[in-house]
Amino acid sequence: MPNYAILHEKPECLYEDYERKSELHRQTHYCPGCGHGIVHKLLAEAITELGIQDRTILISPVGCSVFAYYYFDVGNVQVAHGRAAAVATAVKRAHPHSIVISYQGDGDLAAIGSAEILHCANRGENITTIFVNNAIYGMTGGQMAPTTLLGQKTTTSPTGRDFHHDGAPMKVGEMLSALDGPTYIERVSLGNVKQIMLARKAIRKALETQIAGLGFSLVEFLSPCPTIWKLDPVDAQKHVHDVMEKHYPLGVKCDRIAERTAPPEPAPMTPLTDLPRILRLPSTEPAPLHFSEEPLDWRIRVAGFGGQGVLLLGQLLAEAGMDAGLHVSWLPSYGPEMRSGTSNCHVRLCSSEIDSPVVSRPNALLALNEPSLRKFIATVEPGGVVIYNGDSIPADCSRHDLRIVAQPFAEIADSLGSAKALNIVMLGAFLSLSHALPDSPIESALKRLVKSERWLELDRRALAVGRERVPAEEFVHA
Amino acid sequence: MAKQLLKGNEAIVKGAILAGCRAFYGYPITPANEITEAAAWYLPQSGGVFLQAESEVAAINMVYGAAASGQRVMTASSGPGISLMSEGISYLAGAELPCVIADIMRGGPGLGNIAPEQSDYWQVVKNGGHGCYRTIVLAPASVQEMADLTRLAFELADQYRNPVFVLTDGVIGQMMEPVEFPDAPVLPPPPEWSVRGDAATRKNLVSSIFLQPDELEEHIRHLEFKYKLAERNEVRFERYRTDDADYILVGYGIVARILKHVVEDLRARGIAVGLLRPITLYPFPDEELRRLAKRAHHFFVSEMSTGQMVDDVRLALAGRAPVEFYGRCGGNLPTAEEIASFVLRRIREEVTLHA
Amino acid sequence: MFIENANGDRGYVEINPEECKGCGLCVASCVPKVLHMADRLNHLGYHPAQYLGHGCNGCGLCFYTCPEPGALRVFKREAAAA
Repeated sequence: MPNYAILHEKPECLYEDYERKSELHRQTHYCPGCGHGIVHKLLAEAITELGIQDRTILISPVGCSVFAYYYFDVGNVQVAHGRAAAVATAVKRAHPHSIVISYQGDGDLAAIGSAEILHCANRGENITTIFVNNAIYGMTGGQMAPTTLLGQKTTTSPTGRDFHHDGAPMKVGEMLSALDGPTYIERVSLGNVKQIMLARKAIRKALETQIAGLGFSLVEFLSPCPTIWKLDPVDAQKHVHDVMEKHYPLGVKCDRIAERTAPPEPAPMTPLTDLPRILRLPSTEPAPLHFSEEPLDWRIRVAGFGGQGVLLLGQLLAEAGMDAGLHVSWLPSYGPEMRSGTSNCHVRLCSSEIDSPVVSRPNALLALNEPSLRKFIATVEPGGVVIYNGDSIPADCSRHDLRIVAQPFAEIADSLGSAKALNIVMLGAFLSLSHALPDSPIESALKRLVKSERWLELDRRALAVGRERVPAEEFVHA
Repeated sequence: MAKQLLKGNEAIVKGAILAGCRAFYGYPITPANEITEAAAWYLPQSGGVFLQAESEVAAINMVYGAAASGQRVMTASSGPGISLMSEGISYLAGAELPCVIADIMRGGPGLGNIAPEQSDYWQVVKNGGHGCYRTIVLAPASVQEMADLTRLAFELADQYRNPVFVLTDGVIGQMMEPVEFPDAPVLPPPPEWSVRGDAATRKNLVSSIFLQPDELEEHIRHLEFKYKLAERNEVRFERYRTDDADYILVGYGIVARILKHVVEDLRARGIAVGLLRPITLYPFPDEELRRLAKRAHHFFVSEMSTGQMVDDVRLALAGRAPVEFYGRCGGNLPTAEEIASFVLRRIREEVTLHA
Repeated sequence: MFIENANGDRGYVEINPEECKGCGLCVASCVPKVLHMADRLNHLGYHPAQYLGHGCNGCGLCFYTCPEPGALRVFKREAAAA
């Protein structure tokens, strides 16, 4: 008596019973003759035989295969319409050892998700996409897809797809293969059993590409939809072979497996104790400074052209103020004016907690150019300080209730070696005039913010010259 | 840990990494770019993932993938980008996936401008996306809070398995203040429901689909229960000189800072005014507003919009006291002087009316 | 395993009539033409595919063309033990 061995049966990685609607079913929810069941079987067989069931995460789309997780006994993530490639990207990057398979139909992948699949493929994400192309929207009842053939009647192309109206059927495999990112793309067909056997090989090759870490792989299946096509299953299968394959040539669209190498193993986990260093968190508190017993509340506006170092000047004041133990804030005007050439910032240095960082009524204005002086001088509080980069205050800007210093600071800076040190010369002038901050925190702030030794040296000189040029007692009453 | 002068946007990223965030997916937009840039710099060094997506639509779905994988994950954007993310946020809430989204608000509608506004309140607090879901919304008003509330956001996101917003304006995002970070970084283990490509999590499923009406209703009721729990336990606010206040100012973000100045100014003129600053915009401090209305008889709301949060103040007070609104928009900040004179004018009218 | 109904053929097909949706693809794919659609209806209301009972060569093509992952099993005769 001969013995018989099982040659083919339902692959292990598919559930024995499919749980849905609170019942157990043994049949899929797909229509008779639908291609999805065949693709599921081929995919499940490959997962089982490659021994990757535990590692596999299936991304199921919106469309008829939305319930792929009913069937596949693997990790499952169900996602929004068209977004499988984006979700798959992040899943794979979170778990590089996992095998991530996104399963998408033609509406999902080629229409609403066209941007996501294009960029996922172009990044060469090490995932596998199963793309089922049946030239129609099945689940929603037979609307036109990007892949619908010319002349094909659908509920939204009732007289047939027209090139002049709807464009041409989209050849996804060829389109993605035009990118340098993907590693392996092949179009296969469920048009007859011989081709199904070739499709079986393609799935395996795609998954092997991913397992080897070689990058993006996609298998496009030309697949029958007998129900919507209104053909019986056998005729629908024939239609795939006789009609679809004419427009969508089968075969390998790109194979760069030989050119690709696997990326290095991910680095071991970063110890949490390294984070303060990585994040550049300061390790030591600066020694507290008590330089003034007087309550102090500097509300400073710094303004000039973009490129004059307005923001850095403000930041130096804030950094130094912090080191001096003051409450500080720095607020840049980052709006469109930043791009049209002018720049300004609000700085507060305060011995008590700062309510608003917005300085609408400054008691100090550092104006690096004339437009800034004109814009802000009216807002300065009576008794406030104005430092202006210019030979003299224009007559129509003068105010008698302010302490104003006007000097050609840019030229002074230029004579030191660079007009770019203008902001630091003006900082020196302001500090000399205001006694707002002692020297040592200014020095430490400079060291923190100015990285180049050459500039640091220049800035120190600029600071000193600024102080000298505006001795504390010198006020110009305009 | 010593203090460090940082931009609000950068403080979010450092706070996030110290809170265990190991993935960031984003798309450039002003005024949130420093978040994405700092994430690009710091996350890979910290053993995390950073990727610039092809769009905000892709970015939020990458967040969905990372959250499903069990990573603490975040993204950041501003109004136009948040509009695009709305679909994904609905899916995240539906699938009960935790994540943190920072919205650094700019001027709208449409392209608007890149200057600060608070006009995403409705979209973020009331849901930009479809379906019966809520997002917890935290509203920092300082750079220190950008760090602290981001950390809290990750905790709440995990605890409630729901997206949590850090909602602030361009000013708080762009300004620098000293920040102090916690000494102990955390990195919680991935949640047991996550899908991680191993035998232990093979049976796990992340999904937001419930085909049967009864099942979907049960799911929605479950979400609703979580939100009720958050409404009971997570309301946070700051009171400033409210104990003896006859007048209450209400504002969040940078406006609350300006309002503090207004309180000082008006107090100096002998007017008993206080400030209520909601720190959680959802859940909203309804109870506290009603409690304050027992003494205060007039409320003033200021926002950088034509009035969005003011709706919630009115709903909470339910007619107990008049609610006045002063707003600036288009990228303009209301000045303390403007608000003070608005309040004074209304108070005088009130006095005249009752005289 | 011993299968009584296999009649010593090279192969044998086992069809679960309650899982079959009667699409007929297996019948179309069968080279030795040993599958056909049954006259009776299954519980889903389909005429299920049926093995004629002899002549299967164990090629397995019906398995791969069948859209239902578990409706069909194919057996192959093992080489006789020496």
